Amino acid sequence: MPTRAEHLRLSLFTALVLAVSGCAGPRGTGDLGLVIERATGSVQVVDTSARTRIARIDGFGDLSHASAVFSRDARYAYVFGRDGGLTKVDLLTGKIEKRIVQAGNAIGGAISQDGKVVAVSNYEPGGVRLFDAGSLAPLAEIPANGANGARSKVVGLVDAPGDRFVFALYDAGEIWLADARDPRAPRVTKFSNTGKQPYDGTVTADGRWYLAGLFGEDGLALLDLWHPAAGARKVVEGYGRGSQPLPVYKMPHLDYIAAAGDRLFVPAAGRHELLVVDARNWKELARVPLAGQPVFVVARPDGRHVWVNFAPPHNDTVQVLDSETLATVRTLKPGKGVLHMEFTPRGEACWVSVRDDNLVRVYDTATFAELAALPADKPSGIFFSARAHRIGQ
Amino acid sequence: MQPGIGAGLMGAIGALCTTLAAAGDVPPPRQVELRQMLTQDCGSCHGLTLKGGLGPALTPEALAGKSPASLRATILHGRPGTPMAPWSPFLTETEAGWLVEHLLNGTAHAHAR
Ligand code: HEC
Repeated sequence: MPTRAEHLRLSLFTALVLAVSGCAGPRGTGDLGLVIERATGSVQVVDTSARTRIARIDGFGDLSHASAVFSRDARYAYVFGRDGGLTKVDLLTGKIEKRIVQAGNAIGGAISQDGKVVAVSNYEPGGVRLFDAGSLAPLAEIPANGANGARSKVVGLVDAPGDRFVFALYDAGEIWLADARDPRAPRVTKFSNTGKQPYDGTVTADGRWYLAGLFGEDGLALLDLWHPAAGARKVVEGYGRGSQPLPVYKMPHLDYIAAAGDRLFVPAAGRHELLVVDARNWKELARVPLAGQPVFVVARPDGRHVWVNFAPPHNDTVQVLDSETLATVRTLKPGKGVLHMEFTPRGEACWVSVRDDNLVRVYDTATFAELAALPADKPSGIFFSARAHRIGQ
Repeated sequence: MQPGIGAGLMGAIGALCTTLAAAGDVPPPRQVELRQMLTQDCGSCHGLTLKGGLGPALTPEALAGKSPASLRATILHGRPGTPMAPWSPFLTETEAGWLVEHLLNGTAHAHAR
């Protein structure tokens, strides 16, 4: 029998849920997500079935370059802000559970395979910090001192099978693999000389291959997490073929890898091109000219189409390519400042944040019809709760 | 007066005039655009609050002691081998000068969000 206090707590909770969702009864979180409003340091909780906002939460600090990962029950999101803020938010109540400022300047984070550890990658002080996913209590710090001894900014932090975290050292040109099965004493394996100025990294959907994009040279750094002892190697080298790179007015991002069958789609840095890579041998299969410097390259979950957005001055455009023929299927003009694209879990819709229009536009991915346009204050990242169940996200 | 000194003085006065003219010559609507550019576009690397990201902080403290001319040159021509690209396709010299002045005296940060 529940006690009176428990009863009260339960009914209070139900009231909160009702207040937030505006509909009767408890609800799941599988169709919920977050939209980052970077100018105001706020976050919206959105419902991708009803295509509405169900809560707006303030108090996240500086959300420039913010990203989010989800607890394994998909109820909580961990939001990583530029100012080093790590905020745990409850999607159901629309409340901040806990917020800490864990560093001076941060770039992103990840959650471990078992859901118990949240890792944050920092620019200042350069390194990775591990936190208890429940309480956000600090567990360990991994300072990113490269082989030359100098502290480096950390980029491209993802989780990998075996409660491991993988990340790259921008200044040092290294890839580190941290085994966090004992999160208070992570064991770090370092790979040096893996390529100049890695700017971001990601893993394949199965969590086997870690790929880092390189700014300082043409190519990608690759680490096989089945065989880390074999070391990292460079692949798709020399895609620029000696020609001068074009200026990059915004760095490309490798949020999660765009894949269709054996083909992977990766943005080229300093080229207005999409690299098509054969995942069986890591060779370049093709190169597709694009409308500008690609920033995000994301595949519709069925792999049939690849959506690309761009750095300024082409940041009003989304180019959709056929993953088989590599032809452009559609060029969308959602508005100025297209910052992010997120597919619903099964891919029937794509949500696109349009910063200068203060809108999130929702597209039907079969017809490209606009299904909805939701108001949002300078929206940037969009993160749906289905990420909770994917490795590397 | 020696011709050399005269030319030097003229040059210095000229440079001073350019600097003074710089702020005045950016019409207010363009200033709004430049502020927006600083926050949104430069901000993607230097942080929306310009406190640093992949690129260094552009706060008055961080830039203290650096020559405005070299900062302007960095903005217009970039720094080869680093992600700092040349912004001359989007900015005139005067506008780059206005940005530098704005960064150095801290007024950029009041608007940065
Ligand atoms: C793609 C990333 C990126 C963007 C966008 C960018 N910068 Fe930079 N910027 C950098 C990096 C990296 C450096 C450091 C270069 C080096 O290592 O010398 C830098 C250096 C600078 C410096 C020199 C700072 C110093 O301490 O010497 C200034 C000034 C500057 N940037 C201004 C700007 C302005 C103004 C804009 C927008 C018009 C801008 N940057 C956009 C990456 C960027």
